[in-house]
Amino acid sequence: MESPEKQYNSALRKGIKIFTADSAIIPIVAIILGLICGAIVMIAGGYNPLVAYGSLFGKLFESPYDMGETIRAITPLIFTGLSVAFAFRTGLFNIGAEGQFVMGMLGATLVGVKLDLPMIIHAPLAAIAGAVFGGIWAGIVGYLKAKRGVNEVISSIMLNWIGLYFANYVVGAALSEKGQQKSEMIHESASWSMTWLSEMMEHARMHAGTIVALLCVAVFYILLWKTKQGYELRAVGLNPDAAHYAGMNVGRTVVKSMFIAGAFAGLGGAFEVLGVFGYQVISAASPGYGFDGIAVSLLGGNSPIGILLAAILFGGLTYGSAGMSFEADVPTEIVRIVIGSIIFFIASHGIVRAVIKPFSFRKGKGADGRKEAPRT
Amino acid sequence: MNVIEVLGQLMNTTLVFSTALIFAALGGLLSERSGVVNIGLEGLMTAGAFAAAVGADYAARGGMSGIASAWVGLVTAMIFATVFALLHAVATITFKANQVVVGTVINFLALGFSLYMVKNLYEGAGETATVELFSKFQIPFLSDIPLIGEGLFTAYPTTYLCLILVFVVWYVLFKTPFGLRLRAVGEHPGSADTVGISVKKYRYIGVLLSGVFAGLGGATITLTTTSTFSHNTISGQGFIALAAVIFGKWHPLGAAGAAIFFGFAQSLRNFAQLFEFSQQIPQEFFYMLPYVLTLLVLAAAVGRSRAPGALGEPYDPGKR
Repeated sequence: MESPEKQYNSALRKGIKIFTADSAIIPIVAIILGLICGAIVMIAGGYNPLVAYGSLFGKLFESPYDMGETIRAITPLIFTGLSVAFAFRTGLFNIGAEGQFVMGMLGATLVGVKLDLPMIIHAPLAAIAGAVFGGIWAGIVGYLKAKRGVNEVISSIMLNWIGLYFANYVVGAALSEKGQQKSEMIHESASWSMTWLSEMMEHARMHAGTIVALLCVAVFYILLWKTKQGYELRAVGLNPDAAHYAGMNVGRTVVKSMFIAGAFAGLGGAFEVLGVFGYQVISAASPGYGFDGIAVSLLGGNSPIGILLAAILFGGLTYGSAGMSFEADVPTEIVRIVIGSIIFFIASHGIVRAVIKPFSFRKGKGADGRKEAPRT
Repeated sequence: MNVIEVLGQLMNTTLVFSTALIFAALGGLLSERSGVVNIGLEGLMTAGAFAAAVGADYAARGGMSGIASAWVGLVTAMIFATVFALLHAVATITFKANQVVVGTVINFLALGFSLYMVKNLYEGAGETATVELFSKFQIPFLSDIPLIGEGLFTAYPTTYLCLILVFVVWYVLFKTPFGLRLRAVGEHPGSADTVGISVKKYRYIGVLLSGVFAGLGGATITLTTTSTFSHNTISGQGFIALAAVIFGKWHPLGAAGAAIFFGFAQSLRNFAQLFEFSQQIPQEFFYMLPYVLTLLVLAAAVGRSRAPGALGEPYDPGKR
């Protein structure tokens, strides 16, 4: 009988079901430990963590505008979280959601600015263009992995930078007026903004992309668990050799999985343009939603509901950090430290176990309710 | 400007950019040879670049001369990056966490923590104060040779240090018992354990050394190129260094060669503005160049290079 740690490790190696612990205890303890780490760093920097956290969470519910903007900040994280998690389920680490997000923005901007169509066609087409651009960008990673054995982590990081500069080039050369640092506005007909809702929320930037994000959570579940394709995707993730012997085309599955993952991230980028800004900027650095998506997917245990909850947590933390730096004068980067620590503790769940062990009362049982391996 | 001068300068900037990559690649190599994937190289470099700027700045404020303060920066960077490497080691070796995930977390944490400290130490500013750079050192006589005199023998002390370290790492890895054990632990930890080599100890050493080297790499960028630290001081160099390790087939000389190749791609960007024909090419394409080359080289090379046998696998003594 294998010990739980070993079962965990073999699961970890295959990059699948990474943090789907049997209970929610480890994520919750990790969140608490992460917040404590943040507090320690704040104390070391001479700030008051209680005031800081107070203003962080206070900011989220300060006004209808802030509540709306929090939802706006959560939406892209749902998309990128789904993107990273989808690839994880097929045993791939999609660190490139960032570049796919940017390419999605580009696709949406291209269609939004260059075409002029009736709204009923234009808006969906612009969003689909974003998904396809993101999907192709990720598909390259899958192709290189399947055909050439290139490690997807390095290739997707490289594509993040290439995508950023490529998008900058296209926006600068074809989509903006001379000398402008951003593209022209998209046509009204391509917009996904929900004006009536924005007016109700004191002009917070509400858009229908949020509804699509929730639909995508459902799509994620149905694709992976209710279709034959999804079965293959997960089988390849669990054991590529077994999947191969069972007659599945592993290479094609890898490309397919990356394409779908990229499409999720690309949709996220598309709605930033179509729903939030209405244009794309020429930027020296990418927006960061892709990297936060990694954190979302890991905390959410790569499960649909987990991702939704994690996106709400991290989106809230990120948006609230603005209030924190305004009221308590704490640099917003503290949120990155908190998020990073949370993922650190989830990844090294051994540390979390050691922390919660004294609090677990049942004799001979681990804190997550499973029998601990006998130590001799 | 004549051709010889241009070529000389191109060589020179290539060396400047390559130095940081070589340092980091050596670090990545030592870690991976001991069997631990180090995706966190980028973060370790970030930590190094940050600590170098702060260390040098505080030393200069304390009244040290420009050169001495730069050396202080270098040492601070080594120490600070090693602290993050220790985090990596504890999580991946002692707690057997997924190495790729922990590496990503190190990237996350190092950048977040460094920027937080910058804002904390410099009253909310987005970058550190400007520090004095290392000054270039001319090797007597050799630097008078045309072309290579300017290209190779007029360089920062860090460049000479890193070239020496390439050979030191090669010697230690392949000619000493220590190196043999480090490689054994990465190749077949079970066998190494059987003959009494502590897998944990050697993996800890490998990962901590990657912190030392990557810290030096990050510091090199601050102290020879940018002179400040901000959010994009380190932009992908850690991952390019990792690619250099793979392209260099996990061999110090190979990795150094690959790093010089990538350094060349980076330095081309600076020369784009000099020529009539290259001004026609949009600048973004020169920005892309190092990343595109890395990707192409990997696609062409990977099939032929072999990773250490136990790379990425936590060592479990009870495993059959």
